[in-house]
Order: sequence, then C-alpha cells, then structure tokens
Amino acid sequence: MVRTALDQVALEVNNISKSFGGVQALKNVSFTINKGEVVGLLGDNGAGKSTLVRCISGIHQPDSGEILVNEQPVTITSPLDARACGIETVFQDLAMVPEFNITENLFLNREIRHKNPILSWLGWLDTKAMEQKGRKALNRLNSRIPSYTEKIHNLSGGQRQAVAIARAVNWGADIVIMDEPTAALGVEQSAQVNELINIISGQGVAVLLISHNMQHVSETCDRAVVLYQGTSIADVSVKEVSKEQLVSLITGASVSAA
Amino acid sequence: MIITQSQRLNFKQLALKREAFIYYIFFAVLLIFAVALHDTAFLSVNNFMNIIRQTAPVTIMAIGLTFALAVGHIDLSIGSVVALSALVGALLLQHTGIPLAIAGALLVGITIGLINGLLIERLQVSSLLITLGTMGVVTGLARQLTNLESVPIINQDFTFFFGAGEVWGIPVLLIWTLAIALVAFVVLNNLAFGRHLLAAGGSPKAARAMGINVVRVRLTALVISSSAAALAGLLYAGRLHGARYTLGEADLLTVIAAVAIGGTSLFGGRASIIGAILGSLLMGMINNGLILSGFSTNEQMIARGIILIIAVAIGIKELKNG
Ligand SMILES: Nc1ncnc2c1ncn2[C@@H]1O[C@H](COP(=O)(O)OP(=O)(O)OP(=O)(O)O)[C@@H](O)[C@H]1O
Ligand SMILES: [Mg+2]
Repeated sequence: MVRTALDQVALEVNNISKSFGGVQALKNVSFTINKGEVVGLLGDNGAGKSTLVRCISGIHQPDSGEILVNEQPVTITSPLDARACGIETVFQDLAMVPEFNITENLFLNREIRHKNPILSWLGWLDTKAMEQKGRKALNRLNSRIPSYTEKIHNLSGGQRQAVAIARAVNWGADIVIMDEPTAALGVEQSAQVNELINIISGQGVAVLLISHNMQHVSETCDRAVVLYQGTSIADVSVKEVSKEQLVSLITGASVSAA
Repeated sequence: MIITQSQRLNFKQLALKREAFIYYIFFAVLLIFAVALHDTAFLSVNNFMNIIRQTAPVTIMAIGLTFALAVGHIDLSIGSVVALSALVGALLLQHTGIPLAIAGALLVGITIGLINGLLIERLQVSSLLITLGTMGVVTGLARQLTNLESVPIINQDFTFFFGAGEVWGIPVLLIWTLAIALVAFVVLNNLAFGRHLLAAGGSPKAARAMGINVVRVRLTALVISSSAAALAGLLYAGRLHGARYTLGEADLLTVIAAVAIGGTSLFGGRASIIGAILGSLLMGMINNGLILSGFSTNEQMIARGIILIIAVAIGIKELKNG
C-alpha cells in the first residue's frame, strides 16, 4: 500500500514511565507518529500497551516523561485534555453505553445543545441536529448501520467498532488510538475495520493501533513499535521485517540477540 | 453489517413489553378492583382524587429515587429523611416564616444526600450499606429531636400550600406532583445531565472515558433523591397539620416497589419517570382497594412486599436476557 506519509510529527512520546505499586508497567518508552501514518503498537500480554495508551489518552498520568502534540509539549491529566489536544481513543471495551442508541453514544458528553441560549444553558438537547451530524459521520466511513436509533447492545461487534471509530473521527481528531479493534471480530468485519483505518489515515489522521494479529498489522501499519516488559525494544518499518521477526520481537526471543 | 429482520422484530416486541408492563398491570388491577368493588365508592372521581392526594408524597419520593437508581445507587434513607425534614420544617414554622421552614427542611435533604454520596465515594462501599446506616442515624435524630413528641402546625398558609389547598379547583398536592414530575421528566429525557446520569449508571467506565465526572453525577443524583424526600416530608406535614417521627417510616418499601414495577432498573442505566408515577399510583390504588375490601394494614404490607418481589424478579430476568 502506498501512502503519502506527511513528514510532520503528529504525536511524540518521550521517555514515559509508569508503575502501579511495585509493577513497573512502562520504562522510558519513546516513539513518534507522523500525520497520516499508521503505527502498530505490539507486545505480549502485559507488555504495557494498554497502559501506554491510557497515559496518552488521559486515563492514567505517567510518572515521568513528556508528550508532544504537533511538536508542542502538552499536559494531559484527563480524557478531556486529550481530546482538547486532538487525541481520540477507541478503547479496548469501546467505552459505549449498551443501553444508549448509536447517536446517544456518538455524542456522549459532547451533546449538541438547543439553539435557544436559555435552553442551551440548561443543557437542552438538540436531538435532530445530533442525528443528522451522526449520520454524516457514519456515512463518511462508508459503514452500513441499520438505524441510528438502534441500541448499541443490538449491534454486531464490527458495527460497534465502526460506531466507536466514527465517534473518534467525528471530533476532528488528528490522532486516533485504537486498542485491539479487531480482537473480537471475524474475518469480514476485521477487513471492514482495516478499510476504516485506511480511510481515516488517508484523511491525514495519525493512527496508533494496538494489535496481536500479525496479519492485521502487516496489512494496515506503516511502522511497528514493539514493547517488551514495559520497554520499547523495536521501532521498525513493517515492510522491512517479516511476520516471524515481529513475533520473535514480541516474545522477547530476539532481545538477547539484539 | 445488517441486523436480520427477525432479530430486530423480536427485540422491538421485547422492548414494547418491558416499557408497557406497568400500563398492563395498572389497568389489570384497576379492572379487578372495579369489578370486585363495584358496589363501593372505588370507581368514583372523589376516591381517585383521594388516592392521588394520599400518594403525592410517595410519588415524589419515587421520582427522587428514580434519579438515584438511574446512576446505580439505592437510597434507603429517604423514609427517615421524610420524618426529620418534616420535623425540622414544623419546628422552624413555630419560630419563623414559611420560607425559612422550607429552606430548613430542604437543607436537611440536601445535607443527608451529600453525606450519603460522599461516604459512598470515599469509602467505596455500596449505597445499600451506607444509606442503611444513614437511615438508622437519621431515624434516631428524628426521634431525639422532639423526644418522640409531634409538632403541630397551625400556619394556615403552610397547610394550604403543602396540604389541603386548591388552586382553581385543583388540589395543590396534585399540582406539586405534576410540577415535580414535569421537571424530572425533562431533566431525564431532554437535558444533557439526564444522559450523563444514565451513562454513569449504565456504564460508568464508558462515562468516565468520555470525560463525564461520574462522581459528581452520582453525588447529584443522591442529593436529588434526598431532597425529594424532604419535599415529601413538607407535604406530609402540610396535609396532616403537623410532623411526627413516624412520617415516611412505612414508605420505603412502597417507594422501591413503585419505582421497580414502573420499569426503572434497580442496577442503573434505565429510568422511567412516568413508570415511577404509575407505579406509585398503582401502589396507592392497591392500598385503597384492599382497605375498601376490608383487608387489614398487615395484609396491605404483605401485598406491597409481594409486588416488590414481582418487580424485582422481572428486573433480574431482563438483566439476564439483556
Ligand atoms: N490499573 C492497574 N493497576 C495495577 N497494575 C496494572 C494496572 N494496569 C495495568 N497493570 C499492570 O501493568 C502491566 C501492563 O499491563 P497492560 O494492561 O498495559 O498490558 P497490555 O500490553 O495492554 O496487555 P494485553 O495484551 O493483555 O491487553 C501488567 O503487568 C498489568 O498487570
Ligand atoms: Mg491491553
């Protein structure tokens, strides 16, 4: 796949460390992502991938290290801060309210309010506007969603994933982080998610993708960063390494060799 | 990525059943009593006005509890808040005017709601245990405040506005109920805050990830629940021309049963104000019908318990299917 990777750095992570009590989940991890680039974040179970993502998206605070967005240092102490920096995260559990419908989830905590200033001050919802805007966001991803008033718990895994990605992109994110977006999906739905990733990176969005699936990584990613027991042990162009080499990096087999 | 037609239909039918359940049971009970009590005053406008008047405090408590349940909390302290706020209101009324009496009673509600909320968040203990504890404390305070004495209310304006009054022929208790119901309905269905309440109850993790301050939302819900109970205390005091430590004592079971049968989930995330109102009216109607049929208070209590169990059983079944 040919992608015109813009040479501007969208996200830079410098020497991030994080421990939970006695467990050091991250040790001086650094990497960068350019605009329009898809970077795979790989590593075995417990390597620290989710922890790294949570530090970038404001769920956890790193103990040390810095994060730069568009080459400016930023302080991210909450999910709202992350969003203000243009970082949107599609969490492993998707962070959706199952009892809410698609539109309600798309606009959760970013509701469009009524035009009347008094009603808007009260927090009165403009349901129509949200439905229209939500529809546009989903259409932009070519996703086939049956009805915008369908509750999330009635959707298939792939449809939920599409809604979660649409939510992230809908907010004009420059950086989208996805934690195992295809883990629970079948072949066809995984392919659809790959397609979504291609669409948004083609729109200039930087994507950080956590995955255990080598096939998925080699199909969608430009680069791969491998974590091993909390440290970053490789940062390679996916085209230049084989799947087998990636696997041996992930399992730590090549740590001693390197 | 297409939901099959049959799946969709099934779900729609299920949803219909769930939301409509309270309507079915309401009209079924109405029909049973109408037939069984055809030779009494059960089916008269007067009797129904009576039911509405009598259930007004319970309805308002049920609306308040709906907010607590929406975020996934139970509030067992509401019955005791009724007594304490009514007593505080009645006592203040002896020395000051109506505004201060109202403010004092509501302050009791707000304070207890805040204490409940803060204890739950700080100690990370379930709302069931915390509010069971505050229920004990507040009941004790209410009994101690006047040494079990009742406090009479002679202020005519107060008993008019919170009790027997009528405006253009409409009982004030009905007006209170409708006003609170309207506000609650709008908050839950039309305002962003309502979404955040249900999100905090339905999936706290998702709510947090989307930047909602879940702790604050939960705290607010408990303050609403407790304040509604305080208002119910004022309505009792107004209707009965006085306050007593026993007020609200027997209401807890009725309120929980009313809300549960109305379709609000006992586990958070789904709430219905109309359901809570119909549930409360249903409980009032059953009480009224049982009295007219000659059943004792004990038997009414048994009936309430059975209804609660039925409502909870339906709720659990839904949870498993959902
Ligand atoms: N909130 C937490 N409290 C304590 N320890 C944690 C917490 N979150 C993660 N850890 C620990 O940090 C380490 C890294 O966990 P993390 O979830 O980041 O791994 P991961 O790479 O995402 O794994 P997986 O592939 O299973 O999702 C693990 O040892 C884990 O037990
Ligand atoms: Mg993980």
